[in-house]
Amino acid sequence: MTSRSRYVIPLLLLAAAASIVLPLVHPVNGYLLNLFMQAATYAMAVLGLTVVLGYAGQISIAQAGFFGLGAYGVAIGTTVLHLPFFIGLALGVLVAGLLGAVLGASTLKLGGHYLAMVTISFQQILTLVLTNWISLTRGPDGIRNIPRPSLFGVSLEDSDRYLGLCLLVLYAVGVFVWWLKGTKLGLGMQAVRDNELAAEVVGVDTYRVKVTAFCLSALLGGLGGGLFAGGFGYISPDQFSFNESVVLLTMVLLGGADAAVGSVVGTALLILLPEWLRFLRGAYLAVYGLAVILIMVFMPTGLWGMLSRLGGPPRLRERGVPDVLTLGDPDAAAGGLLLEIKGLAKHFGGLKALDGVDISVERGKVHALIGPNGSGKTTMLNVLSGIYRPTRGEVLVDGVKVSGLAPHELAAAGVGRTFQNIRLFLSLTVLENVVIGAQRPHNSAAQTPDQVQRRAMAALDFVGMAARADLKVASLPYGHQRLVEIARALAGNPTLLLLDEPAAGLNLTEKQELVGLLKRLAGHGLTLFLIDHDMNLVEQMADRITVLNFGKRIAEGAPADVLRHPDVIAAYLGEVPDDAAA
Amino acid sequence: MAIFLQLLFTGIGIGAVYSLVALGFVLIYRATNVVNFAQGEFAMLGAYAMVVLTQDLGLPYWAAIPISLAVMGLIGALFNLGVYYPLRHRSFLPVVISTIGASILLTNSVLVGYGPAPESLAGMFDFPGIQIGEVFLDSQYLLIIVVTILLVAFQYFFFEHTLLGKKMQATSQDKEMASLLGIPVARMIMLTFIYSAILGGLAGILVAPILFVSVGLGSQVALKAFAASIIGGFGDVTGAIVGGLSLGVIETFGAAYISVPYKDAFAFLVLFGFLLIRPQGIFGEKVAQKA
Repeated sequence: MTSRSRYVIPLLLLAAAASIVLPLVHPVNGYLLNLFMQAATYAMAVLGLTVVLGYAGQISIAQAGFFGLGAYGVAIGTTVLHLPFFIGLALGVLVAGLLGAVLGASTLKLGGHYLAMVTISFQQILTLVLTNWISLTRGPDGIRNIPRPSLFGVSLEDSDRYLGLCLLVLYAVGVFVWWLKGTKLGLGMQAVRDNELAAEVVGVDTYRVKVTAFCLSALLGGLGGGLFAGGFGYISPDQFSFNESVVLLTMVLLGGADAAVGSVVGTALLILLPEWLRFLRGAYLAVYGLAVILIMVFMPTGLWGMLSRLGGPPRLRERGVPDVLTLGDPDAAAGGLLLEIKGLAKHFGGLKALDGVDISVERGKVHALIGPNGSGKTTMLNVLSGIYRPTRGEVLVDGVKVSGLAPHELAAAGVGRTFQNIRLFLSLTVLENVVIGAQRPHNSAAQTPDQVQRRAMAALDFVGMAARADLKVASLPYGHQRLVEIARALAGNPTLLLLDEPAAGLNLTEKQELVGLLKRLAGHGLTLFLIDHDMNLVEQMADRITVLNFGKRIAEGAPADVLRHPDVIAAYLGEVPDDAAA
Repeated sequence: MAIFLQLLFTGIGIGAVYSLVALGFVLIYRATNVVNFAQGEFAMLGAYAMVVLTQDLGLPYWAAIPISLAVMGLIGALFNLGVYYPLRHRSFLPVVISTIGASILLTNSVLVGYGPAPESLAGMFDFPGIQIGEVFLDSQYLLIIVVTILLVAFQYFFFEHTLLGKKMQATSQDKEMASLLGIPVARMIMLTFIYSAILGGLAGILVAPILFVSVGLGSQVALKAFAASIIGGFGDVTGAIVGGLSLGVIETFGAAYISVPYKDAFAFLVLFGFLLIRPQGIFGEKVAQKA
């Protein structure tokens, strides 16, 4: 990684500087300058799509609309309100961002096809408004004579200088979007994209992250549009129609939606290609449509994704000796009840999956929850981690009521969990997965970005996966993925760890290793609450067992007693008929 | 009162077209869990097929309709093979984007062939309609309403009372289980696409004499139909019909009493309202996440 980027970054910087300086010293014809100007401003909007679609995985088919809002902000601001250019630009960007936030906040709870639909609707309504609100927008005629600004006393009236400004802003935006990817927010977005439920459970406020991504994307769209208006001096509603939104979408997909460089490459290609392929003039949108299908089928990661795969597998980074993982809060009092479940019920329509269950878990103990299939174990775990809201009853952690909180709030309160069917962020590396876990809110063990990285490495080292930190998590075998999922939970330094069938799907050796790992965790004083079907594991691990059947608690106590309890045997093996016994 | 009834009739007629396209959405959604953003293009293609057959080739109306529908069936099959099938194992987003790509491809291919100027298609009947008191019932609107009622009845019978219909339902509810029971899932999905394309084409043929036949016809109808299916409750057949009819009526009254230029915005405003207050729609149920 490092040796490659040693050449790539200076080369990119050189190319960036050259693209700004060359047109200034060497005259370029006006038509070409216009093309570059279009490419540069479009690329900003496409970088917005990189954030919302590429990072956060939320579709937006209204980017041309936000682009248009920025453009009209500048046009109306300068020609009607006679504001300075940059105030007009700020106005346009602000309006775009604001509408983006409103649109996102109202629909991102739903996501998926609703979002696609709503963004298309928004795009259509905006076109209607731009065309029909003639007193403000001058309708289909559009707005002419939009001035260009001057900056620090230098007039940017000349196209080559204005292009320099556009490119400068574009590169700044590009670097920002590239930098964003590795930040806490950026990783949160990618977590949402890969597995929204798991993101919630490790403490990502997925709704807030999605709205932020949507709003950022709208802001960048508005910025591109505002500079576009200054560049061309004339705008009209048809430049910001649904078709243009589709063109922007194609650009981001072609380049590779989750890489900033890819987006710029995709934009440049699709702006310049039609110029080279003039014979397609009438049919170019049809070709775009076909390109979208072909990219989806044959090249899902886009051009940049393909190029970066040519570079071979990622090289492993040297990181030195990892820290020793600390677990639990050193100041917390020992003993006492950590988890109290009181009269907990969860009904699905008429089905009583949980029906008034009481469980108390002592701090520092391993508590197992067992029961036949359909007895309500996983429902219990889903209520405890906030995925389901209980119908009745309450849950207290450390004496604080937590039932009814959202999963990310429960994570913030110190409840970690793993899933029966492993839920990792499959397009990220092992380390990135665990870093997202370490970033959970109120994690006292990792507050600065540096501590987060060290914490994540320590957690990986604890489960024995430190050497694989830079691999894509999807490339790991099943057993290792399970360990990474546990490391992700541990990195968040939970006070209570919920394990949903941790031994499911593991072979005998892997099971023994898992038991060893869990025993080490228990030895560190971490409170574990686990479900499993493997009685051998449960008996080895648990200090206390609760048995559920049909949503009710049928037994509780020490393993030896509970596993010999007649009701428990009956629940697992079925009732022994009286006459057979006789 | 007469104006009210007249508008109501027109609204129901337009709403019936939205319902037909919305039904196509719902069928494909239930079979594949994917929203087909090119569903409106099926309507557009159906209308153009009629233009080609009756005007360019001079075929009589009664012969052109079955040929158009057969062509639509073929297009549905090709659509499945080219746009959905290669992506069937991938997540929701690539498939949605792929259908959006298909929509752009179809629209612009027709644009290359026929240009942006709209074509007009004659109504099916020579007589204009029936006058009842002060209300005039246009023959084409009557036809749309009757065909919609018949199709809904047919669809109910097909899915509830035939083996093939039940197999298709089983496929839409649980593909894995259906395939374990020996139902050829791929073929059921193929049939769904074919039927949805025919349904969409029929909606286009019916609405063509009322709206002009243009490349924008598809997106115009599809967006409303999609809004209708969300308002009715996504994935719900009754919801699609009720949503479509109410949207047609709301839009007609909105245009008559509030604003003509913003006619197309009413559907979206109603949709936003629903998304904010009752996102599961009229007949929809909240779905719990599974862990």
